Amino acid sequence: MNPAPMVALVGNPNAGKSALFNALTGARQKVGNYPGVTVERKAGRMSLPDGRPIELIDLPGTYSLDPASPDEQVTRDVLFGKQEGERLPQAILIVVDATNLDNHLRFALQLIRLGLPVVVALNMIDMAERDGLTIDAARLSAELGVPVIPTVAVRKRGIDELKAAMAALIADSGVRRIAAGPGLVQEDIVVLQRRARAIAIGATRQEQGARRWSHRIDAVALHPVGGPLLMAAILFVMFQAVFAWAQAPMDAITALFDAIGRWVQTTLPGGFLRNLLTEGVIKGTGAVVVFLPQILILFFFILLLEATGYMVRAAFMMDRVMARVGLSGRAFIPLLSSFACAVPGIMATRTIDDPKDRLTTILIAPLTTCSARLPVYTLIIGACIPARHVLPGIGLQGLVLFALYLLGTMGALVAAWVLRRTVTKGPSQGFMMEMPRYQMPSLRDVGLGLWTRCLIFLKRAGTIILLSNVILWVLASYPVAPAGQKQTEYSIAGRIASVIEVVVKPIGFNHNIALALPPAMAAREVAVSALATTYAIDAGDSAGNDAAEAKTDQALGSKLKLDWPLPTALAFLMWFVFAPQCLSTIAVTRRETNGWKWPAFMVSYLFVLAYVAAGATFWIATWAGL
Amino acid sequence: MRLDQLPLNRPARVLAIAWGELADTAARRLRELGLDEGVTVEALHVAPFGKDPIACRVGRMTVALRRAQAHAISVEALAA
Repeated sequence: MNPAPMVALVGNPNAGKSALFNALTGARQKVGNYPGVTVERKAGRMSLPDGRPIELIDLPGTYSLDPASPDEQVTRDVLFGKQEGERLPQAILIVVDATNLDNHLRFALQLIRLGLPVVVALNMIDMAERDGLTIDAARLSAELGVPVIPTVAVRKRGIDELKAAMAALIADSGVRRIAAGPGLVQEDIVVLQRRARAIAIGATRQEQGARRWSHRIDAVALHPVGGPLLMAAILFVMFQAVFAWAQAPMDAITALFDAIGRWVQTTLPGGFLRNLLTEGVIKGTGAVVVFLPQILILFFFILLLEATGYMVRAAFMMDRVMARVGLSGRAFIPLLSSFACAVPGIMATRTIDDPKDRLTTILIAPLTTCSARLPVYTLIIGACIPARHVLPGIGLQGLVLFALYLLGTMGALVAAWVLRRTVTKGPSQGFMMEMPRYQMPSLRDVGLGLWTRCLIFLKRAGTIILLSNVILWVLASYPVAPAGQKQTEYSIAGRIASVIEVVVKPIGFNHNIALALPPAMAAREVAVSALATTYAIDAGDSAGNDAAEAKTDQALGSKLKLDWPLPTALAFLMWFVFAPQCLSTIAVTRRETNGWKWPAFMVSYLFVLAYVAAGATFWIATWAGL
Repeated sequence: MRLDQLPLNRPARVLAIAWGELADTAARRLRELGLDEGVTVEALHVAPFGKDPIACRVGRMTVALRRAQAHAISVEALAA
């Protein structure tokens, strides 16, 4: 059977492409990657009115076929049938913003010239009406020579008409070769722009309208004093919510995993399998899945900031600050995303055109405090930092947590400054960005985005994190120590840790920390479950029998309190501010930079930084008599 | 007058753009964002820290750019 015909969805950034994609395909989407590059491939299934299936692929937004960033390169290659692992599309669905026709039509003209069957979605027609613009779609269609369908993707208006037009398009065409190829797009952009402007003016009637409400919001959001305050307030609410809103669902997840653990404990006969399931699989995975609510809340805010158009305003305000360390405001968006997770953060650097800016941003992204570090911080702070108030309303524990976040951010900025003057030296390319109008985000679009993130995270928890927990558990449980010997010293993992201990002893780390460091490389949050496992195994339950009971965070916390002197705890926190990046971050860096050189550099410089920072902290704290 | 010197909320027409003063990528971006001779521009906002970059209306779009880049654009204020 032939595969379903493929239609490519193309348009300028901010044309409402993703909303249209969601409206056409619903939840039937698959997000993957193109081979060799990390540009996400978003494809979805839709059916035409006559029931025929179509594969719709959402190409990265771009201003022209002359690519400036890796994202835009993919769009061009797919349209020319040159993208590895991708079929040549049978037709193009072009999205243009009705309120910004003169700019968007230029790209549309360029696309129409490729010679593939085309239908144009004249999107955000409601916004245009609100702006007092009347657009003659029939005239536009006559000028362009292709069907033009007015749509409002976020309200699902015009979708049926669009599907009908696509059906007509697919009916009378097989796959057509592109007439000439790259030569076609060499045409002077200025000439095309002038033509686009003439067509736009011809098809648009402007009544004096009450537009500019976006401008009025900006008068507040970009106000010299109010703007930064508002941004600080938004960020504060965001980080506050990550802690406050997540508590209840996190408790529920913990309870769920405890219940599963108890059920297995009572159902299965004692032995290797039961121990592996309760300690390695259930405890280990549960310790990580519990952070799903926090990660989703953080992503919720980031998706919301992006969908409303505020993110670009934040980049605009922060450009000057980023310029100080040799970056541009564009780098602010990936760095902010990195507070959720460095992996999507690093992937978001694709929108930075300048290769050196982009590389620098990738290299410093792991320094921002990602959500996986949170469980480690929470555990150690809860165990070792006294819960007293420094000032009324300001607790010492909260202050330490804030300081750790601040330290990571400062570290990232300083690292950028140094890198920009040494390894990634080069002239600054400046900052230039379209500021889209503000938009009411569609909850459905945000919901779909969260759902995708949720699946990615659970897949990770079910594979790499689960695997590393199981491996650690087996290595830490075997061979079984004879009486009088400590299991965590005698086991395979214990012996490996003894070697590492030699290296990390000077910075105040003990044997059990050395044991937790390698698995924390798989994913940072595994450090918590790794410590839990080692202390539980040591608690005297020879091969870890019934240890599941004792492995609650509180129990672990009180053990750490007894076992770790304060300088050790502080050094451990400092280590986590700078050092161990998870394997996923290293893998995504390798993919993004096309080789092992930069990930190797990143890992080395971060380890050196972490070792020095943790060591200095340990010795200063010891000297100060803490 | 150059675009970086244009007072806020005063519409102006672009007279000339010194493409040579801009880096290649910046010049191309500027073209893609619709900057061209004869286009109407208006400075709308300045960023809070150091009054740089600035946000300008270009046609029906709002475009953010640094003052150093705006300096390459010669404009003539239109009578209000």
